[in-house]
Amino acid sequence: MILLNAVVQGIFLGAFYAVLACGLSIMFGVMRIINLAHGDIAVLGAYIAFVIVERTGVSAFVAFAAALPIMLVLGYVLQLTVLERSLKAGILTPLLATFGLSIVIQNLLLLTFSPDVRSLGGAAGGFTTASWHVTSQLSVSALGVLVLAVAVVVFGLLQLFLSRTRAGWAMRATAEDADAAELVGIDSRSVYARATAIAVAIASLGGLFLAIRSVFDPASGPTQLIFAFEAVVIGGLGSLWGTLVGGIALGLAQTLGAQINPEFSVLAGHLLFLTVLVVRFGGGRITLRTLRLAR
Amino acid sequence: MTVLQVEELDCRYGLLQAVREVSLQVEHGETVALIGANGAGKTTLLRAIAGAHRPHAGRILMDGVDITHVPAHRRVALGLALVPEGRRLFPGLTVEENLRVAAAGGRRGRWNLQSVLEAFPLLQPRRRMPAANLSGGEQQAVAIGRALMSNPRILLLDEVSLGLAPVVVGAVYRSLAEVIGGGSTVLLVEQDLTRALRVAGRVVCLLEGRVVLQGDAASLDRDRVVDAYFGLRRPAVGGAPA
Amino acid sequence: MNVRRWTGTSKAFTGGTVAVAIGLAFVPLVFDPDVVQKLTDLLILVLLAAMWNALAGYGGLLSVGQQAFIGVGAYATVFFASLGITPYVAMVLAMLLAGAVSIPISLFALRLRAAQFAIGMWVIAEVLSILVRLDQNLGAGTGISLIEMNQFDPNYRQAYTFWLALAFTALFLSALFFLLRSPLGASLQAIRDDEEAARSLGVRVASRKRLLFVLAGFGCGAAGVLVVANTLFIEPGSVFSVQWTAYMIFMVLVGGLGTFEGPILGAILLFAIQTTFTQGGPWYLVGLGATATLFALALPRGLWGTIEQRLGLRLLPVGYRVESRQLETPAQS
Repeated sequence: MILLNAVVQGIFLGAFYAVLACGLSIMFGVMRIINLAHGDIAVLGAYIAFVIVERTGVSAFVAFAAALPIMLVLGYVLQLTVLERSLKAGILTPLLATFGLSIVIQNLLLLTFSPDVRSLGGAAGGFTTASWHVTSQLSVSALGVLVLAVAVVVFGLLQLFLSRTRAGWAMRATAEDADAAELVGIDSRSVYARATAIAVAIASLGGLFLAIRSVFDPASGPTQLIFAFEAVVIGGLGSLWGTLVGGIALGLAQTLGAQINPEFSVLAGHLLFLTVLVVRFGGGRITLRTLRLAR
Repeated sequence: MTVLQVEELDCRYGLLQAVREVSLQVEHGETVALIGANGAGKTTLLRAIAGAHRPHAGRILMDGVDITHVPAHRRVALGLALVPEGRRLFPGLTVEENLRVAAAGGRRGRWNLQSVLEAFPLLQPRRRMPAANLSGGEQQAVAIGRALMSNPRILLLDEVSLGLAPVVVGAVYRSLAEVIGGGSTVLLVEQDLTRALRVAGRVVCLLEGRVVLQGDAASLDRDRVVDAYFGLRRPAVGGAPA
Repeated sequence: MNVRRWTGTSKAFTGGTVAVAIGLAFVPLVFDPDVVQKLTDLLILVLLAAMWNALAGYGGLLSVGQQAFIGVGAYATVFFASLGITPYVAMVLAMLLAGAVSIPISLFALRLRAAQFAIGMWVIAEVLSILVRLDQNLGAGTGISLIEMNQFDPNYRQAYTFWLALAFTALFLSALFFLLRSPLGASLQAIRDDEEAARSLGVRVASRKRLLFVLAGFGCGAAGVLVVANTLFIEPGSVFSVQWTAYMIFMVLVGGLGTFEGPILGAILLFAIQTTFTQGGPWYLVGLGATATLFALALPRGLWGTIEQRLGLRLLPVGYRVESRQLETPAQS
């Protein structure tokens, strides 16, 4: 039963990681960029929601809704200023440029907000604490269920977007062959900007969940990035639903690892990640021609 | 009426000059064939006209309007569509998605998903298949259909016979005849000289990036064309006799 | 056509560099221990910059996890010293251990492509950090001191540490220098320019990269050894921190990725900035990050790379210079 509880908690934790990882996966799928500032962007989203909650007293969810348009615009701006240039430059450039960006964001947050940890747990209504005690050893938290539900909805909506809408086809087409996409009338620049905007928005949703389920501070970004990246790699680079699976696998590894020793949880996740890399000998065999964004 | 005009176009890849001082004109309703050996610059020229390659010098005009600096995706909206060399379909998208994604330009005309599938009936049963699973001839049909979806005024075709069995090439060109016959303006690149001369009203021959011969397909002496194609009887550099 | 390796400028400069290195040996005799400690910091930066550049600039390997070896070098020093080995001998052993550890890691890590390699190395550093945290004997999360250094008089200790730093830096810079001048160096250049083409020419890409990776393992391990020797106290949070990578990226990007002199310039710059802005805190880090991003996007060759390109200058002869003499005009027929 204790094990079952760990599994349930692992799935909930994994759903959170999946949401965190979703944006990273999109950006990699469409532009082949790994945004090293991804975690910091999620934390930035959390801080924006935090400020709104502080100023207006609304619930964290309402604050997020208000923060969402800001994050979407930020995503557009990020693409058009930093990422677009690094796309043309080479494989290392996006990594280097986003790493620098990560440091800038972390330290700007530090200057604005101080190193104190914050949380939005108090502004999430009853969700933070409510849970069903199925048995004495198994409890299902309302927040966990919410995050899992949201994760499934987000991934589902993305899937629908990519397979049923013209903008979604355009995004998949651009991901597969940007040059040919231009030749059929698709503006690849705006496709990329849209992808980044969506990625940033979903990242900030991850930041919201981080803020509600635990605490955050300006330096929390890198940790979230590592978890997000691990989820993407475990599930298979370039596969959207794979990221959901990968996130859950990571969550399970961490909670089950904690069963052995509480200090092992993060380590267990790292070991799963490294094992997957070793087994795959290259971290997910993707050939550009068989990119499976929506399948 | 001149629909497409290319003036003194110069295209480079780094230091390599692929297209040199090329000028040509295409009138409304014409079919012009661009011929020449491999490396003559035909694909580069088509790509430059379509906007996929930025020229080093020169101008491209469509209906008298300078489009040299207009990005490729906007040229599609203006009515210029390229069927790229090697087809370049989106492998993960289905036939239907490949076609529909190209209709975003919003140009009105006879071509839509329905009419394209009618023009290429072999695609009907395959419309939900990923494009990567199609045969060469089927892919070529999709590539042409995809370009048609934007209802172009000018259709550019780059080596539609490339990599296809002769039987299939024949079928592709028969489908094309419908399109060509419909009064569209077509500029096509074709390696097969006979076919090019048969299909086109006018022929432009490129050699090492330059135009070495232009003329009506009917009146051109075939031997002359072959000479120009291979660069025979050129005045040699340095004064040595031919 | 004349192919030369040495020019007048490069002879002068190389001679000058050796002279500077010899001159530096006198630093502890001339300056206060505080200054010597800071200069040791500078040497650590130079070493790290050179090693990160060896990986990324010459090998195309962008590692966000070299702090793994820094940490191993530092903690191995503490460990060996605790066994009773003379501290400075322990340091050499620790450096060797860090390098040795890089070999099995390379078998796995070098199979990974760009982003996976970058973050994979970071995760390895994190794993090592966690393992140290779990070990009470190594001080766990609170850290540990190199108490065995107390047997030395502080002034002498600072001098010995500085000389060790000088020795390590000279060793690794020379190793890199000779590596680049050897046929290996030409093949590295080829790999950097076009890996596929190099491979098709028979260049054994994998073993070249492994060589660089292991060299960087030894070098970053040496840096870690120097860190604990210089500060006498380490904790996993700082010695395994990704902050080290941030510094390395800044130094190499700004100095000049893929040039020999660039990283040294970058290290001197970072050192100057750090010394000037000691109170800067987050603002100075914002500046570092923004500068690194700007250089990545706008000046990818870095300061030295741009200078080198504009002036055709190469101070240290790691390349070849092709000079053409006047061709005689052929007799007219």
